[in-house]
Amino acid sequence: MKISVLLNGLNTIMDIEPHEMLLDVLRRYGCLSVKRGCDTSSCGVCTVLLDGSPVLSCSLFAAKADGHRITTAEGMQTEIAEFADFLNREGADQCGYCNPGFALTIQAMKRELSDPTEAQIKQYLAGNLCRCTGYVGQLRAIKKFLGVES
Amino acid sequence: MLTIAEYLKPQSIAEAYHLLKNKENSVIIGGGFFTRMSSRKIGAAIDLSDARLNEIRETEQAIEIGAMVNFSQLEKDTALIEYFDGIIPATVANLPGQQMRNMVSVGGTIYGKYGFSELLTVLMVLDCQVVLYQGGVMELTEFLNLKGKPQDILEKIIIKKENLKASYKMFRYSSGSLPILTVAVSEKNNQYKIAVGARPAMAALAIKTMEYLNSNEQTDDSPLKAAEIAAGELVFGVDRRASGEYRQELCKVLVKRAILEVNER
Repeated sequence: MKISVLLNGLNTIMDIEPHEMLLDVLRRYGCLSVKRGCDTSSCGVCTVLLDGSPVLSCSLFAAKADGHRITTAEGMQTEIAEFADFLNREGADQCGYCNPGFALTIQAMKRELSDPTEAQIKQYLAGNLCRCTGYVGQLRAIKKFLGVES
Repeated sequence: MLTIAEYLKPQSIAEAYHLLKNKENSVIIGGGFFTRMSSRKIGAAIDLSDARLNEIRETEQAIEIGAMVNFSQLEKDTALIEYFDGIIPATVANLPGQQMRNMVSVGGTIYGKYGFSELLTVLMVLDCQVVLYQGGVMELTEFLNLKGKPQDILEKIIIKKENLKASYKMFRYSSGSLPILTVAVSEKNNQYKIAVGARPAMAALAIKTMEYLNSNEQTDDSPLKAAEIAAGELVFGVDRRASGEYRQELCKVLVKRAILEVNER
């Protein structure tokens, strides 16, 4: 079947199987920033924005995205580069595998929450896991990026 | 491995029901979380995303929640924050990660009758009805007691607005895991409702416990005694997360805490 999406600002017609997950379709169409981590809706490395809201592409039928706007890290390179700068300065990056998912969720959080508390940041980001860092450096970077008090 | 022959997105619940009845091996898709993890051969997947079931509506008497409302909408709704001690937004916030809350649907949660469903446990202690497209309006507890899953479509739930106090308690090993035990208590005019879920079976009302509290004067010992009755009357089983005995002990603690919290409000 075919679906029509606005992928990173471009009208895109995609050929999909009815049971295919959005993750596999996006990777097939060149969005390699979208990664497969757990495949059980737990880790968040597959996060993309659907109409601006973060969703888990490993658990979303691609057909559900028909007629909607999808944003991956490829479509937010400038914004994500700005956030990556904060990560670098806090030494908050190791393997980088979780970064695209984290960055997209943080972009959505920045739009949705004004002046979030640490608890709110943690709750919003609870669906993005990192196996490397322990989150401390990342949290510092996020707070500085959002301009909230430590 | 899951296979789907045809993926359909009807524009109304009437159209969805027609497809459900006429397409061979058809399945309704809400959020799709558990469907996609199954190994089934589905003839027609009927996705309700475009069927206009994703609104929360407040009337004078009740709050109506469409079947395709997601947990993120529940979390932010001002009426739900105001009523029932804000127990619904507080409970759905436990689902880890904004992504999952953006995807999980109310209808999928209720129709699935999942034992670990925190929302279901909470709804059981409120005055909640379900509206099925063909089956009409029925009490939530009546729906949950139906054998199997009727070939019908859940359209919405209706929660009567009441001035009651409510508390929700749960235990899970980590924020990212499913709850091992869920407890909800509500109280209105000294009448209590108590529901316990993740037994690991679906949530059940603790009937004898409610009778004890509702027909006896409250003393300092009442919460503990009630918790012991609840732990004794309900059946707890074992799964990979916990034993029945562990769940029973948790029940004693969480029921007592929930009653105390409601009493203090």
